[in-house]
Amino acid sequence: MIQIENVHKTFESQPVLRGLSCEVEKGEFLALIGMSGSGKSVLLKHIAGMIQPDEGRIVMDGNDMSHIRGRALEDLRKRFGVVFQHGALFDSLTVYDNIAFPLREKTKMPESEIREKVFQQLDAVSLKDAEEKYPAEISGGMAKRTALARALVTEPEIMFFDEPTTGLDPIIANSILKLFKSCHERFGFTGIIVSHDIPEVFEIVDRVAMLHEGVLIKVAAPGEFLDSEDALIRQFITGSTEGPIQAN
Amino acid sequence: MPSNLISCLGDYTLKRVSYVGRMGQFLIHAVLAALTPPIKIRRAIKQIHFIGWQSMTVIVLTGGFTGMVLALQGYHSLKRVGSEAFLGPLVALSLIRELGPVIAALMVTGRAGSAITAEIGVMRISDQIDAIELMGLNPMRYLVVPNLIAAIISMPLLAVIFDLVGIYGGYLVGVKILGLSTGTYFGEITTYLDLEDIVGGLYKALSFGVILAWICCFKGYYTYFGAEGVSRSTTEAVVLTSVLILVWDYFMTAAVF
Repeated sequence: MIQIENVHKTFESQPVLRGLSCEVEKGEFLALIGMSGSGKSVLLKHIAGMIQPDEGRIVMDGNDMSHIRGRALEDLRKRFGVVFQHGALFDSLTVYDNIAFPLREKTKMPESEIREKVFQQLDAVSLKDAEEKYPAEISGGMAKRTALARALVTEPEIMFFDEPTTGLDPIIANSILKLFKSCHERFGFTGIIVSHDIPEVFEIVDRVAMLHEGVLIKVAAPGEFLDSEDALIRQFITGSTEGPIQAN
Repeated sequence: MPSNLISCLGDYTLKRVSYVGRMGQFLIHAVLAALTPPIKIRRAIKQIHFIGWQSMTVIVLTGGFTGMVLALQGYHSLKRVGSEAFLGPLVALSLIRELGPVIAALMVTGRAGSAITAEIGVMRISDQIDAIELMGLNPMRYLVVPNLIAAIISMPLLAVIFDLVGIYGGYLVGVKILGLSTGTYFGEITTYLDLEDIVGGLYKALSFGVILAWICCFKGYYTYFGAEGVSRSTTEAVVLTSVLILVWDYFMTAAVF
């Protein structure tokens, strides 16, 4: 469904992606892991068509994301759902209006149906009592759940999660990850998650791709990562300061 | 060393030219989005309220005092040549042709333009603009077009209010304080004021509205580097808009009058 073919990207003479190739199957949930600055978020933005590669291409259902523009790109993006690092909720809208926003803008659905759908999502993410609140009035965990509800309300085919548990305590972060998993099982979307929650994220995804210095060093099932003897992978998973990765 | 200097100069020039090109492209995209449905009417009305209605206090205050000081200065200058009877036309023409549109635009830039830049800038750094884009929606329609429409509608109206309050301020000083007759003050205004003056002033105000919405939205839209970036964009937006209004004013005056 998503083919990443030999993608290169350089920012101001600094190579960030150096020939990445990978495939994500329809309905698969893939985790992108790696050191900060390894290019995970940049790769995610490439897949979403927000950045164009210098070399190589990303093909989504036969559409080359490097060449698609204007209305065609907007139409393709209508199939996306995104949960950003800090939620990216519209701070002038209530939780209810944030979730209703994509339905009001992307569909011609009557307000009664929108209300029904929003409440379904609020129920799914356990936010029923917060619909009147503004983003500034809710906790970080609630903001992430609102962002998830907003992303899921249009029933997207492809979901992107960009470090969605940043800034949350481990218990809330874990509950958010479990919520992603249950939503994935329920809605069957294709998901790509950039995360530093290791090993917790391994429990919710089908495969893991590890980036290091702009290169994909391994794409495999979570179990293979946990059993890996590779010094670099072992050091990253255990968070050790001793090993081939130098902490800056 | 000289070749280094030339290379730096060339690099700087290229960056500036490409920046101006980006600004032009932004305006074209905004105008195209404004000319094609759907138009976010509710958001445009909200922005008319913000840019127009909420600027009333500052416009009335500055308009009144500008007219008053014009009358005070004008009366003493005209008295030297024995032409104090022309105080009314002096105040009215200065305000309608020049000061009304310009000062109103500068005031609205400081009050509303800076807020527009800051709001869009915060939306940029908190990924809200990316969120709109990734929903398959055009952020221009939500953030730029309503401001453009609101500024185009509000600015001429604010300039008219500025002019009227300023003329009344001039009346208070010229007639009530300095002793000119009401008939002379308003009579001479109707004699010397042409429709062309009013229309020219309105054209100016309208074009200043476009400049204000364009620059302030552009600066907000391309904000980077966190809170410091928002502060920098806001300052740059106010300075650039004010300078462009004054520069454009010269060309508009040359073309319209």
